[in-house]
Amino acid sequence: MAPTELLLNYLPILIFIGVAVVMSCAMLVLSFVSGKQNPDVNKNAAYECGFDAFDDARNKFDVRFYLVAILFIIFDLEIAFLFPWAISLSEIGMFGFWSMMIFLGVLTVGFIYEWNKGALEWE
Amino acid sequence: MLTGLAFYLFAAVVLVSAIAVITARNPVHSVLFLILTFFNAAGLFILLGAEFIAMILVIVYVGAVAVLFLFVVMMLDISFSDLRKGAMQYVPMGLIIGGILLAELIAVFSAWKFAPNAADNIAVPFVQSAEGITNTEAIGRVLYTDYVFAFQVSGLILLVAMIGAIVLTHRTRPGVRKQKVADQQARKKSDVLEIKKVTSGTGV
Repeated sequence: MAPTELLLNYLPILIFIGVAVVMSCAMLVLSFVSGKQNPDVNKNAAYECGFDAFDDARNKFDVRFYLVAILFIIFDLEIAFLFPWAISLSEIGMFGFWSMMIFLGVLTVGFIYEWNKGALEWE
Repeated sequence: MLTGLAFYLFAAVVLVSAIAVITARNPVHSVLFLILTFFNAAGLFILLGAEFIAMILVIVYVGAVAVLFLFVVMMLDISFSDLRKGAMQYVPMGLIIGGILLAELIAVFSAWKFAPNAADNIAVPFVQSAEGITNTEAIGRVLYTDYVFAFQVSGLILLVAMIGAIVLTHRTRPGVRKQKVADQQARKKSDVLEIKKVTSGTGV
Protein backbone atom coordinates (compact mmCIF):
# COMPACT_ATOMS: atom_id res chain seq x y z
CA MET A 1 0.00 0.00 0.00
CA ALA A 2 1.46 3.32 -1.01
CA PRO A 3 1.61 6.14 1.53
CA THR A 4 -1.04 8.16 -0.30
CA GLU A 5 -3.36 5.18 -0.30
CA LEU A 6 -3.07 4.91 3.46
CA LEU A 7 -3.72 8.61 3.87
CA LEU A 8 -6.83 8.34 1.72
CA ASN A 9 -8.26 6.06 4.41
CA TYR A 10 -7.99 8.99 6.77
CA LEU A 11 -9.63 11.48 4.40
CA PRO A 12 -13.10 11.08 6.01
CA ILE A 13 -11.59 11.98 9.38
CA LEU A 14 -10.02 15.09 7.87
CA ILE A 15 -13.38 16.05 6.36
CA PHE A 16 -15.07 15.51 9.72
CA ILE A 17 -12.49 17.73 11.41
CA GLY A 18 -13.26 20.43 8.85
CA VAL A 19 -17.03 20.04 9.35
CA ALA A 20 -16.60 20.16 13.14
CA VAL A 21 -14.48 23.31 12.99
CA VAL A 22 -16.89 25.08 10.61
CA MET A 23 -19.97 24.08 12.61
CA SER A 24 -18.57 25.10 15.99
CA CYS A 25 -17.31 28.41 14.61
CA ALA A 26 -20.68 29.03 12.92
CA MET A 27 -22.56 28.39 16.17
CA LEU A 28 -20.36 30.79 18.09
CA VAL A 29 -20.34 33.53 15.46
CA LEU A 30 -24.02 33.30 14.53
CA SER A 31 -25.23 33.36 18.12
CA PHE A 32 -22.93 36.29 18.79
CA VAL A 33 -24.15 38.19 15.72
CA SER A 34 -27.85 37.38 15.77
CA GLY A 35 -28.46 37.44 19.53
CA LYS A 36 -29.40 40.60 21.38
CA GLN A 37 -26.50 42.00 23.35
CA ASN A 38 -27.62 44.12 26.26
CA PRO A 39 -24.97 43.55 28.91
CA ASP A 40 -25.88 44.70 32.36
CA VAL A 41 -24.03 44.28 35.65
CA ASN A 42 -27.18 43.15 37.39
CA LYS A 43 -27.64 40.26 34.99
CA ASN A 44 -24.52 38.67 36.45
CA ALA A 45 -25.34 39.52 40.02
CA ALA A 46 -26.85 37.04 42.43
CA TYR A 47 -30.58 37.52 42.80
CA GLU A 48 -31.57 37.99 46.43
CA CYS A 49 -30.03 34.88 47.96
CA GLY A 50 -28.15 33.10 45.17
CA PHE A 51 -24.43 32.49 45.18
CA ASP A 52 -21.99 34.36 42.94
CA ALA A 53 -22.48 33.41 39.33
CA PHE A 54 -18.84 33.95 38.39
CA ASP A 55 -16.19 32.79 40.78
CA ASP A 56 -12.93 30.93 40.77
CA ALA A 57 -13.78 27.35 39.89
CA ARG A 58 -10.59 26.05 41.40
CA ASN A 59 -10.82 24.52 44.80
CA LYS A 60 -8.86 21.96 46.74
CA PHE A 61 -9.16 18.49 45.35
CA ASP A 62 -8.78 15.24 47.18
CA VAL A 63 -5.40 13.75 46.29
CA ARG A 64 -7.02 10.33 45.86
CA PHE A 65 -8.38 11.43 42.47
CA TYR A 66 -4.76 11.89 41.41
CA LEU A 67 -3.89 8.41 42.65
CA VAL A 68 -6.73 6.87 40.67
CA ALA A 69 -5.70 8.82 37.55
CA ILE A 70 -2.05 7.79 37.74
CA LEU A 71 -2.94 4.14 38.32
CA PHE A 72 -5.23 4.39 35.29
CA ILE A 73 -2.37 5.75 33.14
CA ILE A 74 -0.10 2.89 34.14
CA PHE A 75 -2.58 0.20 33.18
CA ASP A 76 -3.50 2.16 30.06
CA LEU A 77 0.14 1.96 28.97
CA GLU A 78 0.23 -1.72 29.80
CA ILE A 79 -2.71 -2.27 27.44
CA ALA A 80 -0.99 -0.15 24.77
CA PHE A 81 1.94 -2.57 24.86
CA LEU A 82 -0.42 -5.50 24.41
CA PHE A 83 -1.72 -4.41 20.98
CA PRO A 84 1.45 -4.91 18.85
CA TRP A 85 2.21 -8.05 20.85
CA ALA A 86 -1.20 -9.54 20.10
CA ILE A 87 -1.03 -9.11 16.34
CA SER A 88 2.61 -10.19 15.96
CA LEU A 89 2.41 -13.16 18.33
CA SER A 90 2.72 -15.74 15.57
CA GLU A 91 6.01 -14.17 14.43
CA ILE A 92 7.86 -13.55 17.65
CA GLY A 93 7.57 -17.07 19.05
CA MET A 94 7.97 -18.27 22.62
CA PHE A 95 10.59 -15.65 23.46
CA GLY A 96 8.21 -12.81 22.65
CA PHE A 97 5.41 -14.55 24.52
CA TRP A 98 7.45 -14.97 27.69
CA SER A 99 8.93 -11.49 27.48
CA MET A 100 5.38 -10.13 27.63
CA MET A 101 4.53 -12.54 30.46
CA ILE A 102 7.46 -11.17 32.50
CA PHE A 103 6.31 -7.62 31.75
CA LEU A 104 2.78 -8.46 32.89
CA GLY A 105 4.19 -10.26 35.93
CA VAL A 106 6.15 -7.20 37.00
CA LEU A 107 3.04 -5.04 36.73
CA THR A 108 0.99 -7.69 38.52
CA VAL A 109 3.39 -7.41 41.46
CA GLY A 110 2.54 -3.70 41.54
CA PHE A 111 -1.14 -4.51 41.24
CA ILE A 112 -1.02 -6.92 44.20
CA TYR A 113 0.86 -4.26 46.17
CA GLU A 114 -1.76 -1.60 45.50
CA TRP A 115 -4.58 -4.05 46.21
CA ASN A 116 -3.08 -5.03 49.57
CA LYS A 117 -2.33 -1.41 50.44
CA GLY A 118 -5.96 -0.59 49.85
CA ALA A 119 -5.17 2.06 47.24
CA LEU A 120 -8.15 0.98 45.18
CA GLU A 121 -10.61 1.40 48.03
CA TRP A 122 -12.44 4.65 48.41
CA GLU A 123 -13.64 3.83 51.96
CA MET B 1 -1.36 18.28 -2.71
CA LEU B 2 -3.90 17.52 -0.01
CA THR B 3 -1.18 15.88 2.06
CA GLY B 4 0.93 19.02 1.90
CA LEU B 5 -2.06 21.16 2.80
CA ALA B 6 -2.89 18.92 5.76
CA PHE B 7 0.74 19.01 6.89
CA TYR B 8 0.88 22.79 6.91
CA LEU B 9 -2.49 22.98 8.65
CA PHE B 10 -1.47 20.56 11.42
CA ALA B 11 2.00 22.02 11.79
CA ALA B 12 0.65 25.58 12.02
CA VAL B 13 -1.92 24.59 14.66
CA VAL B 14 0.76 22.69 16.61
CA LEU B 15 3.01 25.75 16.67
CA VAL B 16 0.27 28.23 17.53
CA SER B 17 -1.24 26.08 20.28
CA ALA B 18 2.20 25.22 21.70
CA ILE B 19 2.92 28.94 22.02
CA ALA B 20 -0.53 29.41 23.55
CA VAL B 21 0.29 26.72 26.16
CA ILE B 22 3.08 28.81 27.63
CA THR B 23 1.46 32.21 27.18
CA ALA B 24 -2.09 31.48 28.37
CA ARG B 25 -2.94 33.29 31.60
CA ASN B 26 -5.19 30.58 32.94
CA PRO B 27 -3.41 27.25 33.52
CA VAL B 28 -6.57 25.32 32.65
CA HIS B 29 -6.52 26.99 29.24
CA SER B 30 -2.87 25.93 28.94
CA VAL B 31 -3.85 22.30 29.46
CA LEU B 32 -6.63 22.58 26.88
CA PHE B 33 -4.18 24.04 24.36
CA LEU B 34 -1.81 21.18 25.21
CA ILE B 35 -4.58 18.74 24.26
CA LEU B 36 -5.00 20.56 20.94
CA THR B 37 -1.24 20.27 20.39
CA PHE B 38 -1.36 16.53 21.06
CA PHE B 39 -4.22 16.02 18.63
CA ASN B 40 -2.44 17.87 15.84
CA ALA B 41 0.82 16.05 16.55
CA ALA B 42 -1.15 12.82 16.13
CA GLY B 43 -2.30 14.16 12.75
CA LEU B 44 1.34 14.77 11.80
CA PHE B 45 2.24 11.20 12.80
CA ILE B 46 -0.52 9.86 10.58
CA LEU B 47 0.85 11.92 7.69
CA LEU B 48 4.20 10.20 8.30
CA GLY B 49 2.49 6.82 8.16
CA ALA B 50 3.05 6.10 11.87
CA GLU B 51 -0.52 5.09 12.63
CA PHE B 52 0.18 3.20 15.84
CA ILE B 53 2.10 6.05 17.45
CA ALA B 54 -0.61 8.49 16.43
CA MET B 55 -3.31 6.41 18.08
CA ILE B 56 -1.21 5.86 21.22
CA LEU B 57 -0.65 9.62 21.37
CA VAL B 58 -4.39 10.18 21.36
CA ILE B 59 -5.18 7.39 23.84
CA VAL B 60 -2.36 7.88 26.32
CA TYR B 61 -1.52 11.56 26.11
CA VAL B 62 -4.93 13.05 25.40
CA GLY B 63 -6.94 10.46 27.28
CA ALA B 64 -4.77 10.04 30.33
CA VAL B 65 -1.83 12.40 30.71
CA ALA B 66 -3.81 15.55 29.89
CA VAL B 67 -6.47 14.51 32.40
CA LEU B 68 -3.75 14.05 35.00
CA PHE B 69 -2.41 17.52 34.18
CA LEU B 70 -5.90 18.93 34.64
CA PHE B 71 -6.12 17.23 38.03
CA VAL B 72 -2.77 18.65 39.08
CA VAL B 73 -3.65 22.14 37.86
CA MET B 74 -6.95 22.02 39.70
CA MET B 75 -5.42 20.55 42.83
CA LEU B 76 -2.82 23.28 43.11
CA ASP B 77 -4.90 25.80 44.96
CA ILE B 78 -2.58 28.64 44.06
CA SER B 79 -3.46 32.18 43.17
CA PHE B 80 -1.46 32.54 39.98
CA SER B 81 -1.60 36.33 40.05
CA ASP B 82 0.17 36.27 43.44
CA LEU B 83 2.71 33.86 42.02
CA ARG B 84 3.45 36.18 39.15
CA LYS B 85 4.26 39.20 41.34
CA GLY B 86 7.74 38.06 42.29
CA ALA B 87 8.49 36.39 38.97
CA MET B 88 10.60 39.24 37.59
CA GLN B 89 13.42 38.68 40.09
CA TYR B 90 14.12 35.28 38.52
CA VAL B 91 14.57 36.70 35.02
CA PRO B 92 18.41 37.04 35.14
CA MET B 93 18.82 33.47 36.37
CA GLY B 94 16.37 32.24 33.74
CA LEU B 95 18.23 34.10 31.03
CA ILE B 96 21.55 32.53 32.12
CA ILE B 97 20.14 29.01 32.12
CA GLY B 98 18.34 29.58 28.82
CA GLY B 99 21.55 30.95 27.28
CA ILE B 100 23.53 27.90 28.39
CA LEU B 101 20.89 25.58 26.94
CA LEU B 102 20.84 27.53 23.67
CA ALA B 103 24.66 27.38 23.43
CA GLU B 104 24.55 23.63 24.01
CA LEU B 105 21.88 23.15 21.36
CA ILE B 106 23.89 25.19 18.86
CA ALA B 107 27.00 23.14 19.70
CA VAL B 108 25.09 19.89 19.19
CA PHE B 109 23.54 20.96 15.90
CA SER B 110 26.80 22.28 14.45
CA ALA B 111 28.48 18.94 15.18
CA TRP B 112 25.47 16.90 14.02
CA LYS B 113 25.77 14.83 10.90
CA PHE B 114 23.10 12.66 9.37
CA ALA B 115 23.94 9.11 8.41
CA PRO B 116 24.56 8.90 4.65
CA ASN B 117 21.50 6.75 3.94
CA ALA B 118 19.18 8.54 6.37
CA ALA B 119 17.69 10.59 3.55
CA ASP B 120 16.31 7.42 1.94
CA ASN B 121 14.34 6.64 5.10
CA ILE B 122 12.93 10.15 5.24
CA ALA B 123 11.88 10.09 1.60
CA VAL B 124 9.89 6.86 1.95
CA PRO B 125 7.87 6.74 5.13
CA PHE B 126 7.23 3.24 6.33
CA VAL B 127 3.61 2.38 5.73
CA GLN B 128 3.44 -1.22 4.70
CA SER B 129 6.37 -3.24 3.55
CA ALA B 130 6.48 -5.59 0.58
CA GLU B 131 5.41 -8.57 2.70
CA GLY B 132 2.27 -6.68 3.61
CA ILE B 133 2.87 -6.16 7.31
CA THR B 134 1.36 -3.14 8.95
CA ASN B 135 2.90 -0.53 11.15
CA THR B 136 1.71 -2.04 14.42
CA GLU B 137 2.88 -5.49 13.45
CA ALA B 138 6.30 -4.15 12.48
CA ILE B 139 6.66 -2.62 15.95
CA GLY B 140 5.51 -5.86 17.55
CA ARG B 141 8.05 -7.94 15.64
CA VAL B 142 11.03 -6.10 17.10
CA LEU B 143 9.82 -4.64 20.40
CA TYR B 144 9.43 -7.90 22.34
CA THR B 145 12.45 -9.72 20.96
CA ASP B 146 15.20 -7.41 19.70
CA TYR B 147 14.43 -4.62 22.17
CA VAL B 148 13.46 -6.84 25.08
CA PHE B 149 15.69 -4.97 27.51
CA ALA B 150 14.11 -1.60 26.79
CA PHE B 151 10.69 -3.24 27.00
CA GLN B 152 11.35 -4.79 30.41
CA VAL B 153 12.87 -1.56 31.69
CA SER B 154 9.70 0.27 30.68
CA GLY B 155 7.75 -2.28 32.72
CA LEU B 156 9.97 -1.62 35.74
CA ILE B 157 9.55 2.13 35.31
CA LEU B 158 5.78 1.67 35.34
CA LEU B 159 6.11 -0.41 38.52
CA VAL B 160 8.19 2.29 40.18
CA ALA B 161 5.65 4.93 39.13
CA MET B 162 2.82 2.87 40.56
CA ILE B 163 4.50 2.22 43.89
CA GLY B 164 5.72 5.81 44.11
CA ALA B 165 2.24 7.20 43.54
CA ILE B 166 0.82 4.91 46.21
CA VAL B 167 3.55 5.68 48.74
CA LEU B 168 3.24 9.43 48.19
CA THR B 169 -0.51 9.82 48.16
CA HIS B 170 -2.06 6.89 49.96
CA ARG B 171 -2.79 7.11 53.64
CA THR B 172 -5.03 4.94 55.71
CA ARG B 173 -7.74 6.89 57.44
CA PRO B 174 -8.56 5.93 61.00
CA GLY B 175 -12.12 5.21 62.01
CA VAL B 176 -13.23 3.88 58.64
CA ARG B 177 -15.40 0.80 58.89
CA LYS B 178 -14.92 -1.47 55.93
CA GLN B 179 -16.58 -4.72 55.04
CA LYS B 180 -14.20 -7.57 55.82
CA VAL B 181 -15.46 -10.53 53.85
CA ALA B 182 -12.96 -12.98 55.35
CA ASP B 183 -14.06 -12.10 58.88
CA GLN B 184 -17.67 -12.49 57.92
CA GLN B 185 -17.03 -15.89 56.42
CA ALA B 186 -14.93 -17.04 59.38
CA ARG B 187 -17.70 -16.24 61.88
CA LYS B 188 -19.12 -19.49 63.18
CA LYS B 189 -22.45 -20.19 64.76
CA SER B 190 -20.82 -21.73 67.83
CA ASP B 191 -18.82 -18.55 68.56
CA VAL B 192 -21.68 -16.12 68.65
CA LEU B 193 -24.82 -18.06 69.38
CA GLU B 194 -25.76 -19.67 72.64
CA ILE B 195 -28.98 -21.59 73.11
CA LYS B 196 -30.31 -21.87 76.61
CA LYS B 197 -33.10 -24.03 77.78
CA VAL B 198 -35.66 -21.92 79.53
CA THR B 199 -38.28 -23.68 81.49
CA SER B 200 -41.60 -21.94 81.75
CA GLY B 201 -42.19 -19.85 84.79
CA THR B 202 -38.50 -19.12 85.51
CA GLY B 203 -36.19 -16.48 84.10
CA VAL B 204 -32.95 -16.92 82.28
